[in-house]
Amino acid sequence: MSLSAYKTVKSISGPLLMVEGVNDVAYDELCDITLPNGEHRVGKVLESRKGLAIVQLFEPSQGLKTEGTTVRFLGRTFQFGVSEDMLGRIFSGSGEPIDGGPKILPEKRVDINGYPINPASREFPDDFIQTGISTIDVLNTLVRGQKLPIFSGAGLPHSKLAAQIARQARVLTKKDVESQGAEVGEEEDGKFAVVFAAMGVTFEEAQFFQQEFEKTGALTRAVLFLNTADNPVVERIATPRLALTVAEYLAYEKDYHVTVILTDMTNYCEALREVSAARKEVPGRRGYPGYMYTDLATIYERAGRIRGRKGSITQIPILTMPEDDVTHPIPDLTGYITEGQIRQDRSLHQKGIYPPVIPMGSLSRLKGKAQGEGKTREDHSGMDAQLTACYARGVEVRELAVILGESSLNETDKAYLAFASAFETEFIKQGEQENRSIYDSLRIGWKLLSLVPRSELKRVKSAHIDKYMPKK
Amino acid sequence: MSATIIKVAGPLVVASGMRQAKMYEVVRVAKERLVGEVIELHGDTASIQVYEETSGVRPGEPVELTGQTLSVDLAPGLLTSIFDGIQRPLEQIEEKAGSPFISRGIDVPGLNRKTLWDFRPSVSVGTAVSAGDVLGTVQETTLIEHRVMVPPNMEGVVHSIESGKKTIEDVIAMITTADGKNVPVTMLQKWPIRIARPVKGKLVSTEILATGMRILDTLFPMAKGGAGAIPGPFGAGKTVTQQSLAKYCNAQVIIYIGCGERGNEMTEVLTEFPHLIDPNSGEPLMKRTVLIANTSNMPVAAREASVYTGITIAEYYRDMGYDVALMADSTSRWAEAMREMSGRLEEMPGEEGYPAYLGSRTAGFYERAGSVSCLGAGDRKGSLSVIGAISPPGGDFSEPVTQNTLRVTKVFWALDARLAYKRHFPAINWLQSYTLYAENLSATFGRTIAEDFMKNRERALTILQQENKLEEIVRLVGTDSLSPKEQMILETARMIREDFLFQNAYDPVDAYTSIKKQYRILRAIFRFADAAVPVIEQEDFEFQKLRSLPIKDEIAKAHLYPETEIQKFDTLETMIDESVRSLMITA
Repeated sequence: MSLSAYKTVKSISGPLLMVEGVNDVAYDELCDITLPNGEHRVGKVLESRKGLAIVQLFEPSQGLKTEGTTVRFLGRTFQFGVSEDMLGRIFSGSGEPIDGGPKILPEKRVDINGYPINPASREFPDDFIQTGISTIDVLNTLVRGQKLPIFSGAGLPHSKLAAQIARQARVLTKKDVESQGAEVGEEEDGKFAVVFAAMGVTFEEAQFFQQEFEKTGALTRAVLFLNTADNPVVERIATPRLALTVAEYLAYEKDYHVTVILTDMTNYCEALREVSAARKEVPGRRGYPGYMYTDLATIYERAGRIRGRKGSITQIPILTMPEDDVTHPIPDLTGYITEGQIRQDRSLHQKGIYPPVIPMGSLSRLKGKAQGEGKTREDHSGMDAQLTACYARGVEVRELAVILGESSLNETDKAYLAFASAFETEFIKQGEQENRSIYDSLRIGWKLLSLVPRSELKRVKSAHIDKYMPKK
Repeated sequence: MSATIIKVAGPLVVASGMRQAKMYEVVRVAKERLVGEVIELHGDTASIQVYEETSGVRPGEPVELTGQTLSVDLAPGLLTSIFDGIQRPLEQIEEKAGSPFISRGIDVPGLNRKTLWDFRPSVSVGTAVSAGDVLGTVQETTLIEHRVMVPPNMEGVVHSIESGKKTIEDVIAMITTADGKNVPVTMLQKWPIRIARPVKGKLVSTEILATGMRILDTLFPMAKGGAGAIPGPFGAGKTVTQQSLAKYCNAQVIIYIGCGERGNEMTEVLTEFPHLIDPNSGEPLMKRTVLIANTSNMPVAAREASVYTGITIAEYYRDMGYDVALMADSTSRWAEAMREMSGRLEEMPGEEGYPAYLGSRTAGFYERAGSVSCLGAGDRKGSLSVIGAISPPGGDFSEPVTQNTLRVTKVFWALDARLAYKRHFPAINWLQSYTLYAENLSATFGRTIAEDFMKNRERALTILQQENKLEEIVRLVGTDSLSPKEQMILETARMIREDFLFQNAYDPVDAYTSIKKQYRILRAIFRFADAAVPVIEQEDFEFQKLRSLPIKDEIAKAHLYPETEIQKFDTLETMIDESVRSLMITA
């Protein structure tokens, strides 16, 4: 455990430093780099050999020199001091307070990489979260402890949607379920917090969230990490890990229900690619490193619930798909790790529909356990399947109508066509401030289903049709 | 010179002073004694893949040789357990770590050494025994009787054998070998995971691996001992399909490997299986299941080992004479783990950065499946079916993992995102999927289900293909231009899709359908199609009338008829005849 300093920087390329003459530094060890002018930078050991260490900086390498730069290995991994006092505070992407407030006195120092949760210690997430957004509540039900990303594109309103979810999300109380939403408004039990990490987003976008939290008074129970587009790229590698370290502390040690918003994961992956390229690693698809799946998993898998602990971590990462291409490695690998995705669609957005969440391609894997009697209402899962199936058919018919003309459609197909339009304008579309209860959303669903002949409704139980379908 | 570390880069550690090491030997790395395996040797330096997080490990720390290759414990106690990729029980890890997080350097044995099992000998003193012979049995769970076998490579005469409560390390028998030595035998066997367990010979299987899923059993059936692949993009339902298979397939022992997948999914299996009842036996599913969970955020090298750990345990139960099914979700993550290690070893990459040996490793894994004649007396037959999920990037089946797998598997269940978008589940594409077992199984279907089972199956496949062609025409010119006969094909195809292939894995009745019932549903649909032939041939017949017949709703409900009331199908068929006949315009 030598707290030794070395002045033997051999080469600097991109964010990487080769330090010679080093014999026994640990893999992943944190180092402090002092520039000739006295400035400090932070880095970690990526590879350690006899006589050589490769160090990755978390800050820009600008101004670094091979001569005169001192590297001190600190004998520990990157740890972050966490405390409940961090609520209401704003930090830089590398964890320094930037709101002018006092320094944080850490209650505990924790390795930012965390440890994997033992699958046998997890509790299966099954608490329905009402977001007040119909397309999410009914079709892509969010569950406490889930990781559900928003797949978006450049220029689509993903920030608004994420902010709306963070603002409106609540777990239904027993009373809500029994009274079917008639007595909404009762405060739920527990403590809540939002941890927000911005990676490479514009100043405006970061401001938008900050103001949004201020406006709703949520800032006092939020922790913000801001790495904007003009901040160093490599810092982004640490930002989500810092955020999740705080989130884990709040959730599993201080009993908070934490919602973590990470935006924009695309920028994170680009930073990863930059480091990988600098190391001259064999690239995988589109130049991203082959270990990107594993790397992303170590971020996304830090969501969930643990048996015997009160708190939970629900993750809503946001990523913009380059060219709206869902097969691009970033959304692709994300989709394989997360428990579904909320997909935003450009053509819906162009029609002026907010939120432009498209049922085709959106999915919540955990919804099965959070829908239905006791959780929401008995007809929920049938409604989900039926609305999606009808809309998919309606869209198909619409394409057909473009080629053949509407007049050549048969009666059933015309009904589907009408359904598709009504579904978009009445069900998907809602206000940015509109907070629909799940029961309101289901009511709209039944109203829409009445546009389709009853013989077509194979996914809903006929007893439910009799009970809930509005009588003509 | 003692072995010391000279380089650390992620899961790869290089050590010098390793002249004594052999390939695939297990070593203990650094002061924390992390588990690693030698994967490359150059003079006296060895590359080691480490199965635990290497953060904090530094050059100069010691490496300890163990002389053993990576092996698993095989003995009673495997069933109902959940292990990580190198067979450490996750529950004990939690206990020992005292935390819900997996920390490092935890040393727990694969199987509990203290549990007492009631051993009942089935051979007597003086019997000549050889490898694979059953020495005695232990009731491992209410479902599975564990057969304690003579370990491979051993032969001799039983010198003594004891019944009663024993731990897995207690000596249960002494065997006098040919050279006159008395060798103690325990219930515990160790077997290296990368070597297939020996068998007498492989057999061609004619038995059906019934899964309760209609599209699989009827259209693309798999044989016991077969190998199959389920590729599909995310969200298409790979995991739900794998879990359904684990729940309802008629194998006696299930090995479920969560390889580089989601933590919550493993938890779901863990919380659900103890409560789910096996439709074939009436007992909780967990009693026949071994789970292996190496989630995506757990160390990547252990992910590489997890499929071998799983298949070795599976082979062990196969050797007892059981039908075993192994699900690996997902083999793409296994291949990626290989790629990652290969990249760190700076090997020359093959396609898409995967190592050049991807194909041979994949083939080696799937070839461990099969229907076999087991070692030992008594002519036991066992089978090991392997079903691997594949997660192709972007859902593109031309990528190396899918292609290499298709070369060695005989069943291909292609998942289709477009079907999933329409909420058609299971989202298995009936035009792309195939099975090469149909011929082998044809006689079995004919004998156990119905003479015309295979005929109906082919008819269904043909109609679905015709539908695909006709839809292209419809897209250009509309439905009206089709002849009544063609419209009937479309209508029948639609019924097959919606009333037969569509299956809700979350509905308690719908989730499992016996093959007999599957046959009756399909027959009812064809009954309708056949009855309609004279009706639609009438001049100026309005097709809409046939489409809106109420009997069609009844057919749509047929999949919910309880298994115990198969006779309801007889009534249904009579009703179909009457109802369709009512459309005949009697002169």
